[in-house]
Amino acid sequence: MLEVVNLACSRGEHQLFSGLSFTVKPGELLRVEGANGRGKTTLLRALCGIMMPVSGSVKWQGKDISELAEAYCRDLLYLGHLNAIKDELNALENMQISCSLAGMPANDAELVAAIRRIGLKGRETFPVKSLSQGQRRRVALSRLLLSNARLWILDEPLAALDTGAVRLIQDIIHEHLVKGGMVIYTTHQSLNVEGVDARSLVLT
Amino acid sequence: MNSMTIFGLVRLVIGRDVKLAMRRRADVLTILIFFVMIVSLFPLAVGSEVDLLRKMAPGVVWVAALLSSMLSLGRMFSADYLDGTLEQMLLVPQSFSMLVLSKIAAHWLMSGVPLVLIAPILGLQFDMPVESLLVLVVALLLGTPVLSMIGAVGAALTLGLRGGGVLVSLLVLPLCIPVLIFGTSAVSAITEGTNPLPNLALLGAILLGSVVFSPWVAAQALKISME
Repeated sequence: MLEVVNLACSRGEHQLFSGLSFTVKPGELLRVEGANGRGKTTLLRALCGIMMPVSGSVKWQGKDISELAEAYCRDLLYLGHLNAIKDELNALENMQISCSLAGMPANDAELVAAIRRIGLKGRETFPVKSLSQGQRRRVALSRLLLSNARLWILDEPLAALDTGAVRLIQDIIHEHLVKGGMVIYTTHQSLNVEGVDARSLVLT
Repeated sequence: MNSMTIFGLVRLVIGRDVKLAMRRRADVLTILIFFVMIVSLFPLAVGSEVDLLRKMAPGVVWVAALLSSMLSLGRMFSADYLDGTLEQMLLVPQSFSMLVLSKIAAHWLMSGVPLVLIAPILGLQFDMPVESLLVLVVALLLGTPVLSMIGAVGAALTLGLRGGGVLVSLLVLPLCIPVLIFGTSAVSAITEGTNPLPNLALLGAILLGSVVFSPWVAAQALKISME
């Protein structure tokens, strides 16, 4: 369970939000909403521990994430604005590296299966350089398929995706929630996960 | 199973960075060619007086090594920073300092080791005797990793800043002076017939000190730069 208590963050001198408290329990989906510049990305980065909040705390299973450090990283999958994939490598190599770095090494067959399911069949060994923006996003998203992290924090996961891919991501999130996972995400598009009510958190 | 040993991490990160460098071989070659050019320009500019060249050789090679190692510092973290990979690396369930140390090691393999390998050939241009060449190689082997490590701290501190490239040189070059002094003195010592070991030992001590402190300092600096 992720518990946020009285969180306040600022960007430079500018206070983005304060007094933010909420919890996310297993099987829950939380959508962070707000206009541009309201601090959605900052909030997600603070939840990951990349960014230090001005005050307040983020607790995972009852313990502060700064105490948990690596143990928390093991339960967490963060997908940022940037795809974190290397142009010089192909989709398969990118996945090999990012999965191993996240501490869940997968064999080639699993990786290829994930890349195919995400809709890049036949592009497994194409250099990422030659893929389109949407296809690159798909490469980044294929990490979701191989992850066994319980908490997913997704920043604009649907950016640059077509409708087919959006449906696929909805299915993947659904599977994750059914297994007792938690998802916190931001998006400006509509994402409807079957049978799950997305709670909203509006940053003003 | 979510598990990765520290050695697994080191192997993975070094393997990744070397593979990336091999896909962009031009970057590695630029550093090497720059090094060869600087060292080769000196005999042309100073003239062919053998005694003078022999005396200058260690200094020229070391200054050239220092300048060429500056060239690649900017890219050490910035490529990973710009495409979001560095953010993911912060979330790796292992020691971030070890990850930084692995990146430094990969940087040294791709920028320092080529210089060490080519230095003896350049030394011949200056008519350096074999025993001096040997000491030069040993000194470079001990000194170039230190340049990468001090450079990593500078690169981490200036990450994401405008004009970071120049700033990093201003930050790092003064800190590299001890390496330069002991590196050149070791080679001068053998030419003058004294024992180069004290200088090499000091270089080794600097190397050990940097291995212990610089990855941690660079890791902290990166965390601050990433906020």
